[in-house]
Amino acid sequence: MKIKVLFFARARELAGTTEAEADLPEGSTAKEAMQMLLEKYPDLREIEGEEGKCVLALNQEYLEKNATTALKEGDEIAIIPPISGG
Amino acid sequence: MGRIERGGQRAHRQTGQQPNIIHFHRVSTSSEPYESCSRTSTQTVGQDDARVNWEGTEHQLTKEQVVRYSRQIILPSFGAQAQSRLCNSSVLIIGAGGLGSPVAMYLAAAGVGRLGIADRDAVELNNLHRQIAHRESTVGIHKCDSAGLTCRSINSSIQVEMYKDGFNQQIAMELASCFDVIVDATDNAPSRYLISDACVLAGKPLVSGAAIGTDGQLTVYNHGPDGPCYRCLFPEAPEPQSCSSCSDAGVLGVVPGIIGSLQALEAIKLASGVGRPLSRSLLLFDALAGRFTTVKLRQRMPSCIVCGTSPRITAESLLSYSYATFTGAPSHDAGPAPLELLAPIQRVTAAELHKWVTSDSVSIVDVRPEAQFSIAHIPGSTNLPFSEAKPQAFDEHIELMRQRVRDAAIDTGDDSLHPAVCVVCRRGNDSQRVVDLLVANGVNDVVDLAGGLEAWARESGVDFPHY
Repeated sequence: MKIKVLFFARARELAGTTEAEADLPEGSTAKEAMQMLLEKYPDLREIEGEEGKCVLALNQEYLEKNATTALKEGDEIAIIPPISGG
Repeated sequence: MGRIERGGQRAHRQTGQQPNIIHFHRVSTSSEPYESCSRTSTQTVGQDDARVNWEGTEHQLTKEQVVRYSRQIILPSFGAQAQSRLCNSSVLIIGAGGLGSPVAMYLAAAGVGRLGIADRDAVELNNLHRQIAHRESTVGIHKCDSAGLTCRSINSSIQVEMYKDGFNQQIAMELASCFDVIVDATDNAPSRYLISDACVLAGKPLVSGAAIGTDGQLTVYNHGPDGPCYRCLFPEAPEPQSCSSCSDAGVLGVVPGIIGSLQALEAIKLASGVGRPLSRSLLLFDALAGRFTTVKLRQRMPSCIVCGTSPRITAESLLSYSYATFTGAPSHDAGPAPLELLAPIQRVTAAELHKWVTSDSVSIVDVRPEAQFSIAHIPGSTNLPFSEAKPQAFDEHIELMRQRVRDAAIDTGDDSLHPAVCVVCRRGNDSQRVVDLLVANGVNDVVDLAGGLEAWARESGVDFPHY
């Protein structure tokens, strides 16, 4: 199944792209999707963190970092690190 | 409105006690309804007459206020009572920069009764493309004075207070307590955590905005029974290199303008009790795509160390908490501290380099990003960008550098008294990293320009822009 990944702010710089499509085995969880993304884009480890250095969203709703929610075709994950400029 | 009055009185008491809190009161001579924040009525003696014929209404607006704010008072979803609440409210704006400028100007225009402005910097020329509360005529002047001047010129009937030492730990609780709504318009991570913590402890809603490059973010923290705070969303501080500053990463001027305008809107909604505040929602703005996205956020996190069930940060411990240690970053946007990676012998001063350039006996490699190289560079230099975030990307240039050193050594002759290649960058940090990397790869006979092109602009005697 294919899901869409959106990278915001620093995540976009680290991944080098605004969005990507990920091909995952059926029934994959959000946590597994994140692990796969970290393998594909190792620089993202900078914003990974133990407790959370960024907000994750699934279909525009907050997603717990270790959520075991099963993903489905067409889901959209957003990786949103904080920005602090002003 | 009792809370405001108490807070206001505390703020006024402080004026005499703490020199670091500077209250700036009305300078205008027009008849203002606000003599102090402890007043319960907005009427002054002279204005009672103006209300004689319309007693019985439920608002406290004067005739002058009705005229001034009529275009939003006649709005069915706003009305006289919301305007009256706004006129009796107080908002603290922390940061009078790109975000704080539109916040201060719109809140002054909309008639927020008491505006606090906290900042500690002076206006610089490179602020003016985005910090629209400041003027060419106020470059060099404290941002509080400059923004205060603008607010007063828009609306002389409101009260403006200035906190010229910024929002620091010593006054955080006191300040957060004496305003109804707090607006975070700062530019760094430690301040954002401090402001959020103080708002939780003082029980105040926080309108938080941020902008960098072409990205913007906006949300309201600590509002309602389940609204999260900044730490609920970001319990771990970002790496310092994740927090680009406007001075390093750049910012398209209108982006903080848009986010700041939205912050003003949220502050008006909270202060007037109109509409639904952007609590538990994070608004993301992508300026290049022209797209706004809203993400629904979590509730308050029970394990949060400040707003959770067993908090570790309290009003007392906040004073000794090290925000700089927690975030690994200083609480200002002053660019990175100078690095000391190379030995003095591996470095060259701007004056020395100028001599070598004049005698055409050195080859210069400029490792800044292309956008900065295109602003200005030393004639004849080559641009091979290096990024601290992605040092491995420079590996492909190492062979090129080896070749460059070889060629330059031939050009300058074996009897040359100085190294053949000089690496330059903006401030002299990245250039040290590159020389270090080259030496580690066996490429010697390379030095860097100490202090970077900022030192070159100051000390070489050559006309070169400082940016």
